[in-house]
Amino acid sequence: MKVIIMGCGRVGARLAGLLDADGHSVTILDTDAYSFRRLPPKFGGTALIGNGINEEALKRAGIEEADAFVAVTQGDNRNVMATQIAKHIFNVPKVICRIYDPLRQELYSTLGLETFSPTTIFAQILKEKVES
Amino acid sequence: MYIVVVGGGGLGYYLTKALLDEGHEVLIIEKDATICENIVEEMGSVCVRGDGCEASTLAGVGTSRADMLIAVTGDDEDNLVACQVAKHKFNVPQTIARIRNPKNETIFKKLGIDVTVSSTNIILEHIQTEVPTHPLTHLLTIRDKGLEVVQVKIPPEATTVGKTIRELSLPPGSTLSLIIRKEHKPIIPKANTILQAEDQIIAVTTPELEETLRATLRGA
Repeated sequence: MKVIIMGCGRVGARLAGLLDADGHSVTILDTDAYSFRRLPPKFGGTALIGNGINEEALKRAGIEEADAFVAVTQGDNRNVMATQIAKHIFNVPKVICRIYDPLRQELYSTLGLETFSPTTIFAQILKEKVES
Repeated sequence: MYIVVVGGGGLGYYLTKALLDEGHEVLIIEKDATICENIVEEMGSVCVRGDGCEASTLAGVGTSRADMLIAVTGDDEDNLVACQVAKHKFNVPQTIARIRNPKNETIFKKLGIDVTVSSTNIILEHIQTEVPTHPLTHLLTIRDKGLEVVQVKIPPEATTVGKTIRELSLPPGSTLSLIIRKEHKPIIPKANTILQAEDQIIAVTTPELEETLRATLRGA
């Protein structure tokens, strides 16, 4: 599978490493080259400097042939915009978006985006741990 | 009208002033506390501190009764989300987004934003109109039809000078409407009209075809 990941933070870099190790073709985008230090030393994919809300950068990353797109930058709105471009402009079959703000996450999931809110998920896990 | 403005920077500030002068009810949502305080001090309680992309902030300012939301922060993605939240969560009838990257115009339209205003494009168009040698000038955009009216100038060195319109093989979907010629009345171009140096051609085309049209007319 060809996967594009936007945002090379801890989550992005780790996901890139996992998918690459499983034999997928991974391209990871970040606006800051320094972020790529987080990629595992054995990473065999492509690391590209670029902004995922920019059509040109997405094309350079090969979005037209991508099977999946994952947006995990720190900015909820950037993730939302990039995922919508991937889904509605480039028709990427699978797009996944991280949204910290639970309300925004609910809204965009009702609008048909596959979204995750780490805030909601992690708070739930912590609650269960505290109560167990 | 009740208008919610997201972003209290230069643009939001002057826009709000103008809208208030016209008698509208306006509220600005601004993240920065100092900017917010300055606006309130000058214009009264027309500014609320908060994130205009957050549903709770928008709910707090009564966005569900707003007739329009205008997002004018400096970031395209923030403007997109503010408009989408207003539209889908609060059913605001009209949403307008400011965009920095002119390419986002088509993207935003596809994503359901009613109107986009690209300051970059507006400034560019003005510069193009003022620079007499610029080969193609945008005169008008017909948004709902996806068409634009442009003006193309034929320089003396163009290889198309002396050719008829028929010989040019214009891109389909582009129509030449008018030729403005020195010391003549404007002419409606026909297939056998011969192009002359310094002709100014008014044409209707689509944004995708304008480059092809320019190249065809100037023979480049």
